[in-house]
Amino acid sequence: MEIHSPEFKEKSRIALHDVNLQKALSNLKAGFPVKRSTAVARMPEFEQLRDEATALKNHILENLDIYLEQFEANVIKNGGHVHWCRTPDDACKKILEICKDVDSKTVTKGKSMVSEEINLNDYLQKNGVEPIETDLGEYILQLRGDHPSHIIAPAIHLNLEDVSEIFHEKHKRPKSSDPAVLMQEAREMLREKFAGADVGITGANFLVAETGSTIIVTNEGNGDLTQTLPKTHIVVTSIEKVVPTLEDMTLFLRLLARSATGQEFTVYNTLSTGPRRTGDQDGPENFHVVLVDNGRSEMVGTEFQEMLRCIRCSACMNHCPVYGAVGGHSYGWVYPGPMGSVLTPQMIGIEQAGLLPNASTFCGKCESVCPVRIPLPKLMRHWREDEFSKHLSPKAVRWGIGGWAFFAKRPGLYRLLSTSSNLFLRVMAGKKGRIKKIPMAGGWTDWRDMPAPSGKTFMSQYKSRKQS
Amino acid sequence: MHASKKPMKVGLFVTCLVDMFRPSIGFATIKLLESAGCEVSVPETQTCCGQPAFNSGDKKTTQQIARQTIEAFDGYEYVVGPSGSCIGMLHHYADLFDNNDPWRARAENLKNRAFEITSFLTDVMDFDSILSSYEGKVTYHDSCAGLRELGVKQQPRKLLAKVANLSLTEMEDAETCCGFGGTFCVKYPEISNRMVENKSANVELSGATTLLGGDLGCLLNMAGKLKRQGHNIETRHIVEVLAGMTDEPAIGEAAYELGQPA
Repeated sequence: MEIHSPEFKEKSRIALHDVNLQKALSNLKAGFPVKRSTAVARMPEFEQLRDEATALKNHILENLDIYLEQFEANVIKNGGHVHWCRTPDDACKKILEICKDVDSKTVTKGKSMVSEEINLNDYLQKNGVEPIETDLGEYILQLRGDHPSHIIAPAIHLNLEDVSEIFHEKHKRPKSSDPAVLMQEAREMLREKFAGADVGITGANFLVAETGSTIIVTNEGNGDLTQTLPKTHIVVTSIEKVVPTLEDMTLFLRLLARSATGQEFTVYNTLSTGPRRTGDQDGPENFHVVLVDNGRSEMVGTEFQEMLRCIRCSACMNHCPVYGAVGGHSYGWVYPGPMGSVLTPQMIGIEQAGLLPNASTFCGKCESVCPVRIPLPKLMRHWREDEFSKHLSPKAVRWGIGGWAFFAKRPGLYRLLSTSSNLFLRVMAGKKGRIKKIPMAGGWTDWRDMPAPSGKTFMSQYKSRKQS
Repeated sequence: MHASKKPMKVGLFVTCLVDMFRPSIGFATIKLLESAGCEVSVPETQTCCGQPAFNSGDKKTTQQIARQTIEAFDGYEYVVGPSGSCIGMLHHYADLFDNNDPWRARAENLKNRAFEITSFLTDVMDFDSILSSYEGKVTYHDSCAGLRELGVKQQPRKLLAKVANLSLTEMEDAETCCGFGGTFCVKYPEISNRMVENKSANVELSGATTLLGGDLGCLLNMAGKLKRQGHNIETRHIVEVLAGMTDEPAIGEAAYELGQPA
């Protein structure tokens, strides 16, 4: 996916005035957060599970090398292959190589954000392999030449009319706005693709070290067909997804479904453990796991290590008032919302992604719903520190902070400044109590009045009261 | 009431916004603390909690301001302020210093003594002798830092329940950010505006005639929006109502003669 994060402000401005997008976002707001809170209320031990999951993830990250090598050993024991890829380019090349080896022309794909991260579809297409998205949301986006705006509900920015429109155009069938009819249409279109694909590519929600299994959770079942019908199954995923045991995996599954969609359990939980064995009725002949690093190992041992606990549930963005106002595309790359504002600078560089960790009021709602208690505001602040120390923050910010700090560090001078600003604002307000326009403060007064000081500063009033 | 007979020595953290925009909040806070049996002082070397620097990534300046604030409040049993956001900032100070830096221990010590006003009255002083009266239907906005960093939720409601004639009606999304966010509101004004528009719509839908909150930053933002939209809803800090100091016009509504003390 092309990087548009430097255009966050322009894109969010457009998004705020996009009537269709705003309608779609209001559906999101009324959906996932409400369902999550109902599911959480039904589970008294939810907070305890969050603590357990947080501690377990911390343990895994301290021992990441050990669990990954155990996972690799077990995949090989099961007859599969593991490919370690440091960069997105390495991963794309490896996947193409596997496709070429089996002379594949088309591949079916389950939903995978890592494949978006490495820009896999474009790469395959350029090299003569046709990728076909089979997740309904992803399928719609592919027809539109669009990209996901949300990590679990990729087409959340669209409304029914948009789907109806694009199906009519691409499927050449009579236009319908009945969701059931549209679903059936997609099924029919995809069925032949499933049967004709040589390779199936899926992501993974977790990798189980003790068995060498990968698991995906879906609500449509498309993942099952993607990974069992073709001769070759490629799992493209990232290194922080590993968990020690199947039992550990179930802890995360319980948290994931509830945090994401408010379901108690996702509909399809599909484990893949190596290729088809003798006597198995179905399954792929070849099983590959492509492990993508893309900057993650550099986060281990730094203040950003905690971000690697993320299980991609999307609760942070579902509850974020900024995401809720501007939608996922405004963020300009693969991962939107609070988790994206921490992860994106790591992957594309703070130089390009600097606006994202700044686009937060630090309201803390994201951290309060994160199933693995990632301190997202703190991590966004770390990026701001990084930006500030590299002199990347806008000049207006640096000068503003510098000027203010000069006084804030000198209480005597600060009193002079506050007394004179207080007087200035009161003069501007006259007898009105509020100001409609302040030069250089349009960010405030373009949208709201500035309440004027209600009298002399507290400090000066307090002093004269004490003296009298 | 607190068991000790000796008055509790409390240092008032005024906050820069209260100092500059609405001194009555400071005086109302003093009045409440004194009613609860505290002896209140206002250290002169305090300025701002340092949040503008902290949230802009300027760690060095933040540390300097943190040290200044820690020193200003040395020797007080408690540090109390009419803001969850600024008191929350005082709680962040310890994270600014390395484990072996002596300032870290001093910052930890400050953290244990620093309280938001409604939380201090309720959780520390077990005080609820509110003698004020307020005619009207009010709604309460939970400011983010107070709510999520300090656990301020029931305390203001418990105190408001003691105010004669007051009826509290909860608005939708009372816990959702109003879009102020310190420098956020001027760095991303359009997004901030959308958030405060959502807030003012919820305030209006609640049918309340007065909007209360515990943080002046958020209150200036919401009052500024409500006034710009032409709403006839009063915005006040909760301590004004609790202390019975509501003679003063609401936020953004004052009409003082220049130079006259409030």
